[in-house]
Amino acid sequence: MTRVTLISSREGKPPQPERPVSLYEKRNQIYPKLAHGKFRTVKWLVMAITLGIYYVIPWIRWPRGAGIPDQAVLADFAGEKFYFFFFEIWPQEIYFLGGLIILAALALFLVTSVLGRVWCGYTCPQTVWTDLYIWVERAFEGDRAARMRLDLGPLTFNKAWRKAGKHAVWILIAFVTGGAFILYWHDAPTIARSFFKGESPLTAYFFAGVLTFTTYMLAGTMREQVCTYLCPWPRIQGALTDEDALNVTYRYDRGEPRGALHKEQGFAGRGDCIDCKQCVQVCPMGIDIRDGAQLECIHCALCIDACDDIMRKVDRPAGLIAYDTDRAVSLRAAGQTSAYKLLRTRTVLYAALIVVISALMLWGYTSKSAYEFNVLKDRSPPFVRLSDGSVRNGYTLKLVNKSTTAQTVNVSVIGLDGAEFEIIGIGTAPHGGTLTLTPEAHGVDRYRMLVTVPRNEQSEGERLIVQLTDIHSGDTITAAAPFTTGDR
Amino acid sequence: MTDQKPDIDEHTGVETTGHTWDGIQELNTPLPRWWLFIFFATIVWAVIYMVLMPAIPALPGTGMTNTPGTRGHSDRALVAQEIRALNAERAAGAASLVSASLSEIENDLSLQQFALAMGESAFGDNCATCHGAGGRGAKGYPMLADDIWLWDGTLNGIETTLLHGIRHTEDPDTRQSAMPAFGRDGLLSEKEIEDLVQYVLSLSGGSNDAAAISRAAPIFAQQCAVCHGAAGAGSRQIGAPNLTDEEWLYGGEVRDISLTIHTARNSKMPAWQGRLDEPTIKALAVYVHSLGGGEK
Repeated sequence: MTRVTLISSREGKPPQPERPVSLYEKRNQIYPKLAHGKFRTVKWLVMAITLGIYYVIPWIRWPRGAGIPDQAVLADFAGEKFYFFFFEIWPQEIYFLGGLIILAALALFLVTSVLGRVWCGYTCPQTVWTDLYIWVERAFEGDRAARMRLDLGPLTFNKAWRKAGKHAVWILIAFVTGGAFILYWHDAPTIARSFFKGESPLTAYFFAGVLTFTTYMLAGTMREQVCTYLCPWPRIQGALTDEDALNVTYRYDRGEPRGALHKEQGFAGRGDCIDCKQCVQVCPMGIDIRDGAQLECIHCALCIDACDDIMRKVDRPAGLIAYDTDRAVSLRAAGQTSAYKLLRTRTVLYAALIVVISALMLWGYTSKSAYEFNVLKDRSPPFVRLSDGSVRNGYTLKLVNKSTTAQTVNVSVIGLDGAEFEIIGIGTAPHGGTLTLTPEAHGVDRYRMLVTVPRNEQSEGERLIVQLTDIHSGDTITAAAPFTTGDR
Repeated sequence: MTDQKPDIDEHTGVETTGHTWDGIQELNTPLPRWWLFIFFATIVWAVIYMVLMPAIPALPGTGMTNTPGTRGHSDRALVAQEIRALNAERAAGAASLVSASLSEIENDLSLQQFALAMGESAFGDNCATCHGAGGRGAKGYPMLADDIWLWDGTLNGIETTLLHGIRHTEDPDTRQSAMPAFGRDGLLSEKEIEDLVQYVLSLSGGSNDAAAISRAAPIFAQQCAVCHGAAGAGSRQIGAPNLTDEEWLYGGEVRDISLTIHTARNSKMPAWQGRLDEPTIKALAVYVHSLGGGEK
């Protein structure tokens, strides 16, 4: 084989390669210490509630009628419907989901502009599951100092069983998480039984497997890296937050200058921060809140708990780290007084948009018809000339009955002179007449319709309108379709 | 091999292959190593594949079969298996088609929807080649969506046609009739056929050549009226077309009709009994009936 020699085409001495700056930073393992206090308590509560919602919701039953799934929340792909308690979406109404997503986004914006990243700090699944995983880790390996010692120490039996036990419980939680996810897509009791008998569809095992893996990876081993590197939200946050949003803030106006506490000096002529680093030790993101607002900070408020604890011990008022706004802190630092402003352009705007979109969706949902109705013209043959010179077109009527009871509707054809029509299996109607259909409950019916126009009534480029009249409510819906007569 | 020093291109410092075209030298630039490895890997894979899967075709005329491969893979068997699975899935619906009469199928909406779906796909596979999508027909192949029928447009009539075909010689119950080839077999002279064409056209108002019509009238009464009727209205019993309407299966021009009389058409349709199963034929009958021309 021939050796290839590449020679720089540039003149003179080839440039000496500089030692490249590595763009890779090795992760430093974070050992968050357990905090105690009101925010920790709130976070335990939120964790219990959110996990409870996630695991319990698929089991809630919500009777809807015979032959219709009775699961309160269900994305029924086989039946092409989405159920949410009283709310039900058919494929052609998928825009309601779009509306819900817009609402969710606006709600997130509003909450962010009022309370900062509370979503990140309390309710984001990444935060909740990571918190749960750290709880398990703590149960097996002890708190921060014990965990650090264990990791530094040699592999002993003690270390081995603690590590193995932790990972086993993690995988179990991950599996329960991934397993619960598929309950939202199938009838929960049925899929739960068939899952363990090996009779579920392949997709169920696939998604359970994928979510087991990602839960284990994201909450067990990747943790804060997900927020810092994977999640777009910290970046979007930059565009949404402002100096008036409540964030977990180190009040430097009160804390600086910081320094170790010497009993004899007291707090005269210095700040309240005694540089004990408790806020850093409890931080699950491994940052120092005293450096100011940071991309990494998920605003979980655990540093508030840790700091309040210390402030109590050194006999200073709590709240050196607290929910506060940038503006308030800088005003106080400049010697002025501060107040929180809830009503700002953006908060008012977000709230107004939420109200408007909710109202639109509610109006759209409550006023939607129980029927969906289409008239599809045959493509081949486009028209049929009969032996008496009349022309016939064939159509498929597709009638969706979204209500949970069988209905009775009258069909008539309007807008076409002299048109008679027939629905196969139902009957024939003379010009101006009607036929009666009984669309089945909660289903889609197809009917084959033939419309005939006599020779002397024909003209090119006509349209017919098929009108449905619900005989109980009197409501009408119409659908139009072309009627072709050829070149005559 | 001569112990020649390799020729190095002075601009790039790369060895050349020694080939020169119009003063342009070809540099010897080998494939990237990873690419080469992939090439070797595909050779290894090809050998493994030949062992595992059907690979070498049989030589024609030797009576040998292709190499089957150790995994026993067969696309043919897979298709058969998928068809069996599909039939099993349709079994309940197919059974209800078998047990119901054709009119029951058409008047029961759930049976009808099943039959139409099944009939539509069977029609596309087996019938649309000649009759066109939606039964739109073509020259020589009747349209199935209009109200003109050669034989029978009722549900049972359509089923009979499907089961036994038309002029399908292997089936004793097939729909049978034969028009003589009047010109080819010398039954009528060319002049007589010319007149007869004018007469046939006049039945639907297509000719007013009075002389020819009056010359041909006795010929029609003698030769054609037996099957097509004295007035030319045709006969469903023997599939003789109605000559008084404007529908011409083989075209309504003078040369079309002339050719029909000269050599006769006597077109055929195969019998589908034995080729398609009972539920499929019933579904097809309901489907064709629903296209628009169905008679009660």
